[in-house]
Amino acid sequence: MSTAAVTGKRRSTLRGASLPKWSPWAIGVGSIAVGLGISLAAGLDSSIQWALMAAVLFVLGTYVIAARVEGRRQAKDRVATSLVWVCFLLAVIPLASLVWETLKRGVKVFDVYFLTHSMGVVADTETGGGIYHAILGTLEQVGIATVIAVPIGVMTAVYLVEYGRGKLARAVTFFVDVMTGIPSIVAGLFVLSFWILILKMGYSGFAGSLALAILMMPVVVRSTEEMLKLVPNELREASLALGVPKWRTILKVVLPTSIGGITTGVMLAVARITGETAPVLLLVWGTNFINSDPFKDPQASLPLYIYQQYANSAGSGAAYDRAWAAALALIAFVMILNLVARGIARWKAPKTGR
Amino acid sequence: MDITIQNTDAPPPAHRPSAAEQKRAGRGATRPGDRIFLGLSRGSGIFLLVIMAAIAVFLTYRASLAISKDHGNFLTTFEWNTNLTPPVFGIAVLAFGTVVSSIIAMAIAVPVAVGIALFLTHYSPRRLAGPIAYVIDLLAAVPSIVYGLWGALVLVPHMDGLFGWLNDYLGWTGIFSWQGGAPRSLLTVGILLAIMILPIITNVSREVFRQVPQMHEEAALALGATRWEVIRMAVLPFGRSGVISASMLGLGRALGETMAVATVLSPTFDIQTSLLDPGGGTFAQNIASKFGEATDQGRDALIASGLVLFVITLLVNGAARVIIARRKEYSGANA
Repeated sequence: MSTAAVTGKRRSTLRGASLPKWSPWAIGVGSIAVGLGISLAAGLDSSIQWALMAAVLFVLGTYVIAARVEGRRQAKDRVATSLVWVCFLLAVIPLASLVWETLKRGVKVFDVYFLTHSMGVVADTETGGGIYHAILGTLEQVGIATVIAVPIGVMTAVYLVEYGRGKLARAVTFFVDVMTGIPSIVAGLFVLSFWILILKMGYSGFAGSLALAILMMPVVVRSTEEMLKLVPNELREASLALGVPKWRTILKVVLPTSIGGITTGVMLAVARITGETAPVLLLVWGTNFINSDPFKDPQASLPLYIYQQYANSAGSGAAYDRAWAAALALIAFVMILNLVARGIARWKAPKTGR
Repeated sequence: MDITIQNTDAPPPAHRPSAAEQKRAGRGATRPGDRIFLGLSRGSGIFLLVIMAAIAVFLTYRASLAISKDHGNFLTTFEWNTNLTPPVFGIAVLAFGTVVSSIIAMAIAVPVAVGIALFLTHYSPRRLAGPIAYVIDLLAAVPSIVYGLWGALVLVPHMDGLFGWLNDYLGWTGIFSWQGGAPRSLLTVGILLAIMILPIITNVSREVFRQVPQMHEEAALALGATRWEVIRMAVLPFGRSGVISASMLGLGRALGETMAVATVLSPTFDIQTSLLDPGGGTFAQNIASKFGEATDQGRDALIASGLVLFVITLLVNGAARVIIARRKEYSGANA
């Protein structure tokens, strides 16, 4: 900004020469043109190639031009600026493509029929069928996992914030952090070894819920902890000073004050475990039929459905269409949860201070 | 997602358990309601520790069953034949694939993520920065299976050109030679993993860069530093440990990623010298793809490989947390 402030003026005696404000754009357009030109001339067809070439040209061009006009320090600054922009654009492209492709390919078979029918009598390579059984399974598994994980997670956070001092609290804090990083497949293997191989229970939605709960707990603990820390100490002290027991203070003052934030944390955690595939693959197994009993026999689940449509279909277009549509449904669900959660966070933000 | 980013500050040091305080806490806990509530909340905390311990114990138990029957060397065998009697299997190929794909992912993701974080904190127009940060938050929430589907059906077809080009110009190195198979190789996996861990590394780094004391930056600017010099001399030194721990969190994700690798890679149980030729495998991918047909013996073997993955991610995450915890002033993202 500062270097471009003197655009248009002739050389001042106090400032060095500087490139006009539009120069990055010009160099950018130029390098894209050259990149495209080279790849057309050389018969390259991959968009990755010409984009990379344009990016390299952009950075080099910026350096050379700026070094000639403005000097080496300014040139380095401009190169850094352009590199940062290139990083940003490079990252945006795949992420935008992900969202775009899911939308574009997902809407093909995404309709009410798709949402309300199972794969019961539909072979993997045929058209038709839907995700009703998978939605049902996902909702039940995630619901049970939430019911298990939220009380434990919230109570642990209460312990850490309200009671926890000393070694135990430090150990819990550390292992909660480490637990957030457990790969989901390891959680799945744990429940497999314990629930299915040792206790000899069968594959069921509930087994999946156990693994999902393990993945969810640390997330709930972390977010609840943050929220409880935001509750002003004066509130606690006022309540305690009135002779209210500590546990009632926590239940009636601390938790209600932070309920908005806790809800947000729980919803974000739900959004996270809804998309987990690996533990469901190991423990719930999957089925093409509607099974509404999460405690008995394999169930389906939305992420698992996507995987199975992709993997078992031997490249059939119908199955890919269903996979994309299911991915669209899953992303939509997760995104809505995220947006609502953030909305609640903003709406019910704890009133800190006075 | 933003959960992994919060601070690890232990309760504020002001609350050291002095003798008087402990006594007070003790007196408070004599009411029955308080005692029950304390018991419940402490019990939940202990329960979490028990789960961690149980994961380690049960995985080790099943793994020891498998390894005791293994007629190969568990660490160095290049085979995974769990249905033979006696079974022969080893994790060498998986360890290689996991490490290589994660290294590729880190090599791509860390610089780009730091770049985006700098972009958001120091370069972008302020009106853009907010929405972009928000979108990156949302992208961190996209389920990995969707990344997998996108990787397999969109990214893979786009890799042909790049692979051909790498083969033409860098094929002589041996690492980038390509025999023309489908580009479902470790390099593609690494690129996909990089895209997946980008949001989390960006989020944490952005939070750290945002906390750089304004004074440092202004002082540098006042001395005539260009923006890049401000970043190099004030921002990056301040944010270094934050970026390191962010990268390790990302590494933890990359190491344990299952579905995206399982959909993109076409696995073989050997080590390819070229990153471009399909083949290899990772711990998590191997578990997901072999599980369906595995017998009980095979499952135990897979659990054994899962145990190795568990230990590795435990070490990586633990290290990241220790680095974060050492920086007391570090505070959480998205709070």
